[in-house]
Amino acid sequence: MAELEYKVVVGLEIHVQLCTKSKMFCNCAVEFGQRPNSRVCPVCLGMPGVLPVMNKQALEYAVLVALALNCEIAGFTKWDRKSYYYPDLPKNYQISQYDLPFSANGFIEIPLEEGRTKRIRIIRAHLEEDAGKNLHTAGNFSQVDLNRAGTPLLEIVTEPDMNSTAEVRALAVELQRMVRFLGVSEADMQKGHMRFEPNINLVITKDGAEYKTPIVEIKNLNSFRALERSVDYEVQRQLDEFLETGETMETGNKSTRGWDDTNEVTVLQREKEEAPDYRYFPEPDLVPVELTEQWVEDIRARLCELPIKRQMRYVSEYKLSDYDAGVLTAERSTAEFFDEAVKAGGVAKRVCNLLTQVGLKLANEAGCSLAEVGLVAENVAELAKMIDAGTVSATAGNTIMQEMAKSGKAAQIIAEELSLIQKSDAGELETIVDEVLAENPKAVDDVKSGGKKSKKARGFLLGQVMQKTKGRANPKVVSQILGKKLN
Amino acid sequence: MANELLNKDCKELRDEIAAGRIKSVAATEAVFETIEKYDPVLGAYISTFEEQALAKAQEVDDKIAAGEAVGGLAGVPIAVKDNMCTTFGATTCASKILENFHAPYNATAVEKLLSADAVIVGKTNMDEFAMGSSTENSGLKQTVNPWNTSCVPGGSSGGSAAAVAGRLCFAALGSDTGGSIRQPASFCGVVGLKPTYGRVSRFGLVAYGSSLDQIGPITRTVADSALMMNIIAGHDPADSTSVDEAAAPVCDYLEKLDEPIEKLKIAIVPEFVAGADEQVQKALTESIDVYKGLGAEVIEIDMPHLDYAIAAYYVIATAEASSNLARYDGVHYGHRTANPKDYVEVYSKSRAEAFGKEVKRRIMLGTYALSSGYYDAYYLKALKVRNLIRGDFASAFEKCDCVMMPVSPTVAFKIGEKIDDPLKMYLSDIYTIAANLAGVPSISIPCGFDENGLPIGLQILTPAFAEEKLLRIARMFEKETDWHSRKPLATNFHE
Repeated sequence: MAELEYKVVVGLEIHVQLCTKSKMFCNCAVEFGQRPNSRVCPVCLGMPGVLPVMNKQALEYAVLVALALNCEIAGFTKWDRKSYYYPDLPKNYQISQYDLPFSANGFIEIPLEEGRTKRIRIIRAHLEEDAGKNLHTAGNFSQVDLNRAGTPLLEIVTEPDMNSTAEVRALAVELQRMVRFLGVSEADMQKGHMRFEPNINLVITKDGAEYKTPIVEIKNLNSFRALERSVDYEVQRQLDEFLETGETMETGNKSTRGWDDTNEVTVLQREKEEAPDYRYFPEPDLVPVELTEQWVEDIRARLCELPIKRQMRYVSEYKLSDYDAGVLTAERSTAEFFDEAVKAGGVAKRVCNLLTQVGLKLANEAGCSLAEVGLVAENVAELAKMIDAGTVSATAGNTIMQEMAKSGKAAQIIAEELSLIQKSDAGELETIVDEVLAENPKAVDDVKSGGKKSKKARGFLLGQVMQKTKGRANPKVVSQILGKKLN
Repeated sequence: MANELLNKDCKELRDEIAAGRIKSVAATEAVFETIEKYDPVLGAYISTFEEQALAKAQEVDDKIAAGEAVGGLAGVPIAVKDNMCTTFGATTCASKILENFHAPYNATAVEKLLSADAVIVGKTNMDEFAMGSSTENSGLKQTVNPWNTSCVPGGSSGGSAAAVAGRLCFAALGSDTGGSIRQPASFCGVVGLKPTYGRVSRFGLVAYGSSLDQIGPITRTVADSALMMNIIAGHDPADSTSVDEAAAPVCDYLEKLDEPIEKLKIAIVPEFVAGADEQVQKALTESIDVYKGLGAEVIEIDMPHLDYAIAAYYVIATAEASSNLARYDGVHYGHRTANPKDYVEVYSKSRAEAFGKEVKRRIMLGTYALSSGYYDAYYLKALKVRNLIRGDFASAFEKCDCVMMPVSPTVAFKIGEKIDDPLKMYLSDIYTIAANLAGVPSISIPCGFDENGLPIGLQILTPAFAEEKLLRIARMFEKETDWHSRKPLATNFHE
């Protein structure tokens, strides 16, 4: 068996649907799940004589993402027509950007395991309009729903800088988190807001020689799972094919494959020689766009601290685990809530626990964001302080969180109402400890005898004190008293 | 009586209607009587809207009787080329593929006519999708020249020009991509103005060559051209390529129309004009003499790149057309083939069945020009030529107020004469195409007749957005001559 090593090389094209109110070139609403062809007008239907008018909001959103991707923004950009015939494309051309995209040459840092990151270069990002959808549920006929036609799409193209499925996934997830943070896309995979097209090949080292397998593009993947599985599948398939045929990359042998979700295989769609000629040319119905420096700077001012930076800050500044920091930065509203609570005086670690253990659970159950659960950041900070001061136990703290979300009352008030304030008064607790010791001589003996039973007996006595105080005794203080009395 | 009424120009008619001396209903009825009598011969209209037109005329008359304010074309019967979308009737582009297409919107220019209280009479015949110079490429009917019914009316706005010349309306809208307003105006002895690209909204104008198309008026007088421009010119938020009025203000084109341009400096391009028919050249010379008589200075210039205008035009226009016409696929609207076996056949058969020969030819030319490997050699090269032609005009206008040349190298030719020789047909656009490539305004006004009594046009070109000046220059000539007041004999109804 010959020595064989290989490296996976993946570049991604990502389509992100921007959450503008109206479509890219007309006033129709961008809405998912509506009655077919109810969000259309002559412009997005491609009727004779109609003309597109650019949605400025879409351009602003797109530039915001490009800036977050550290791209250079062009001072001059234009629109082009990309021609192909398909029933979901009413004009039979798509308005896109070809040789002068509005942005290029950026990069994104993606999180890897153990808090490491990797920089993936961005070739370009450009704007275009989405197509409609063909439906095949009406027997002998196909139907076309053009509600989606004309929706603004941001296409982001990376360099082939990813070398594993994990990196591909990390980029996809990071991008999702980023566009959500920026508020420019809901990035809801189920609604097709993000679609991926990986370009994959392998660099194989065999018997000291290096071989590159032909590049394969997988079209239109709309879930992280499909993205991961298809890359995994394609890696193995290319490896097998190479071993069988020895075919290597050359100009003209790139092919396009589709993902069969049911059988979890990629299926050949077309070889390069069948590649369509899109006959790009400048869109004469739209004027080129000049982006002034001032305008770009105004957009830049709207950039927030990006999730990956925030995540790293939480780890370094607050000593949170990378995992927790990741959870807190999955959504912008969560991260902002967390920051607010910390700013109000809560210790980061305690606030983090309250949010991850209770707040996000409530949000999840209610199907809303953390900010919408009913919690007030200042109150969460107060609760965190109370727990850290021993005023309430951590367990009681969770109960108070839930109650705060319901009633919106302050932590102190809830704690009092529910009698959750811990007894930390040593004198009072000593009396109770004495009672318990008197009532349980056997356990006292066990403790004093040392050995195996000692630890268990100590726990039993502590439990008895807690029971007598209905759980309100500060276990730390009780432990100290017990220790003093039994040694 | 009716004939006298029909010979009035729009401005006069509008004033008389506004003063209550003529009823719009009477003018509209007179127009429909003429249409009924002569359109079976002329074939100017694809559709007419008698009932709707009379209702509108009545409404205008009522408003005037009640002393209410009315628009700038109140009660004037006007025709619209059938490539402008209207919510009433079909918008066919003289193509079988759109024969039954009813638009749910009005073109902005049409909307503006309606808001000006114009009475829209009908929609006129044209070369299919405005591709042609004789209206013979109409997929629906034939239009003939009112001056000689065996001749073409020119094209592509042949129906509009024939209707205006034949008194089948008082004015009409045409569209001009390579001469489609000016050349038929010239062939039919009327006034045709192609405004600056971006001066009139293209919204609702079915696109042929988007970077060249422009809507403009076809009228019997220069004053009517100015009046129509007052109504249709201006920025439209629905057309990004229509020009911001802050950058190029629209003015009242009638206000100073009768004021001649002082120290008018005219440029002619002798080498370029040498290819025109003798009688056309003679008419041009005589026209220039009229201006000389008015004190104009005439200079000779060279515009070296005009020779390449046709080649550049037939690449750019067809490239854009190949893309613009891709939407007529039988899927969403328009003609669909019967019993296709798959969706590819829906496309190929629907298009093969319903597009005419010339349209197919241009789609193929344009598709080829944009194809991978040919783009640089054809489309990109053509864009470069276009820039050089723009440069020719820019340097010409540094030396003069306007350039004058023929509209067409010939007068109206015989029906069938050039239809089987597309190259010969294309060459008849030689003088008109440059204005579209450069985007500058250009007007065709009647300037004489050949020995057979066919009209000849004079073409005047000025810098972009100088329509006011262009119209005033044209008016200077019109005041000195009576070519515009001659009437076509073929239909003989104006006597």
